Amino acid sequence: MSTITVTRRPHRERSYWTYFLPGAVLFTAVIAIPLVYNIYLSLTRWSGVGKPRFVGLHQYTRLFSDELFWTSFRNSLAMIVAMVVVPTIIGLVLAAVLFDYLGRRFRGSVVSVLRATFYLPQILPVVVAGIVWGWILRPDGAVNAILEAIGLGSLAQDWLGDPSFALPTVMLVMVWVQIGYPVVIFMAALGRVDPELYEAAELDGAGWWARLRAITIPQIRPETYVVALTCTIAALKVFGPIFALTRGGPENTTNVPSYFAYTTFFKKLDVGYGAAIATVLTLIIVLVAAGFMVFQARAERKDA
Amino acid sequence: MSVIVTPTTTPGASNAADPAGGSPTPGAVSAAPAVRSRFTRGPGRWVVLVLVTVTALAVIAPFLLMLLNAFKSPSDYSTNGPLSLPTEFYTEGLTTYWNQVDYPQKLLNSIVISGTVAVAATVISLLNAFALGIGRVKGRVWIVGLFLLANMLPQEALVYPLYFFAKQVGLYNTQLSVIIIFTVIQSAFGTYLLSSVLTTFPRSVLEAARLDGASRWQVLWRVIFPITRPTLSVLVIFFFIWTWNEFFIPLVMLISNSTQTVPVALATLQGDRLMDAPTTNAGALISLIPCVIFFLIFQRTLTRGVMAGAEK
Repeated sequence: MSTITVTRRPHRERSYWTYFLPGAVLFTAVIAIPLVYNIYLSLTRWSGVGKPRFVGLHQYTRLFSDELFWTSFRNSLAMIVAMVVVPTIIGLVLAAVLFDYLGRRFRGSVVSVLRATFYLPQILPVVVAGIVWGWILRPDGAVNAILEAIGLGSLAQDWLGDPSFALPTVMLVMVWVQIGYPVVIFMAALGRVDPELYEAAELDGAGWWARLRAITIPQIRPETYVVALTCTIAALKVFGPIFALTRGGPENTTNVPSYFAYTTFFKKLDVGYGAAIATVLTLIIVLVAAGFMVFQARAERKDA
Repeated sequence: MSVIVTPTTTPGASNAADPAGGSPTPGAVSAAPAVRSRFTRGPGRWVVLVLVTVTALAVIAPFLLMLLNAFKSPSDYSTNGPLSLPTEFYTEGLTTYWNQVDYPQKLLNSIVISGTVAVAATVISLLNAFALGIGRVKGRVWIVGLFLLANMLPQEALVYPLYFFAKQVGLYNTQLSVIIIFTVIQSAFGTYLLSSVLTTFPRSVLEAARLDGASRWQVLWRVIFPITRPTLSVLVIFFFIWTWNEFFIPLVMLISNSTQTVPVALATLQGDRLMDAPTTNAGALISLIPCVIFFLIFQRTLTRGVMAGAEK
């Protein structure tokens, strides 16, 4: 018996590797090599033609003294507020209301339709939604028309063109884009919670708010981590909405790292510098993800 | 065990991942009849319903405004503004956009790219996951970690080398370049998800198949594939939509009219500032229609998400 396993083993191992081969080759060609090559490019000066010239860490020292670099990463923080903090809080309340209040007082289809409505912006191309928003927020667009119609015409603005309004306006659009995601995840998570918990709490006289704090929030903590992590990464990477709404303007007040890298690569043809921006962004994302995972593991251990 | 995984390939278009093996619809959470009737009364519930409905209306308001203005003539728009009802049912905005960007061509491009990626990425994910989750090849923990990491990478960190290499090998401005890139990016997520699903695959089933003399390929094709099919079909749907909604890499890679996708075509034309407001809205409307149809068909799958629990 033992001789059979010994002779069969190497064969078995090899034949499982063959299943992994296509995936491994593609992964190497499309992700591993480009990633490494991009890091190399960040150490060079290159316009995309001819040979890259090695300049060491020059692009990075240049980066840290570039005002635009700091602006773009400051705007990333604004994106985190708009795409993580606010949607998670609103999403939590909406999911709890839909699940623990309306879900028990109305037919399931009512809740399903509402949930689907909140989720709709998530499945549409964000660029197309951005273009619609761009028109709505134009000086002659729908927002100003509504303000005028209700007698608040004095509040009308060039929402995306005014440097002091552009970033908050973009943030509001991002809240709109993101809101459905936590709602759907949290509602799915609540489906896992034993309904008797809610019933017992309700019979004991716990109001909706008390149930939210004592049952809902602790029960869906794992999902909250996932939502926070994935949305934070999405916020650090955001590109499409900025492209559609403002192209980073006015005066770079809404520029973000990904758009900054894009223009540096393809408009300024400063490839080495663009690669440095992209490398720093990658590093930040990896650190944020690792930090989240350590934090989550520690919190879970504490619970156990 | 329950696995919650959420890919991050696109900035906005995220996705639902349902940790529990299928959650009941919220309405189906029926309390004991006595309790239920006690709490379904009272006018308070209508107030809450109205509040939530108003919020939901605010969410779809941009689409309603788009719809309202997609059927206006430019002169109607300039005299009556964005809030009035159209004075006539004007469809020239739609036809203008349709012809200007050769919409059927764009639609075909998007379908070809997203469809190929959805199937190819799912196949690659299954093959990878078979080796990692069932075969448990050496170093699989590290490999899965690598795929998870790849999933978080910003596309900016890959885009210039990809653009440069694509030019070198003559794949620049071809659908094939975008198909290959997204097959890999989507399968990085699929591999991560399916590996954890297959790790919990009942060993007894595999053992039984092996005793019956099934080869490795037969185990994959006759045993694992049928059992994981629900998860695979969810992956196909998600990969299709995510690829459809992708913007950054298609924007860089596809520059000519004959290769561009639906979202890129709209953004490019809008960038040229050639469109008046009604045409912009008409363009946005026909760009969104395929997604809305897809959403209506797969609404339940999309909102309930990936079922990764594999203990059934």
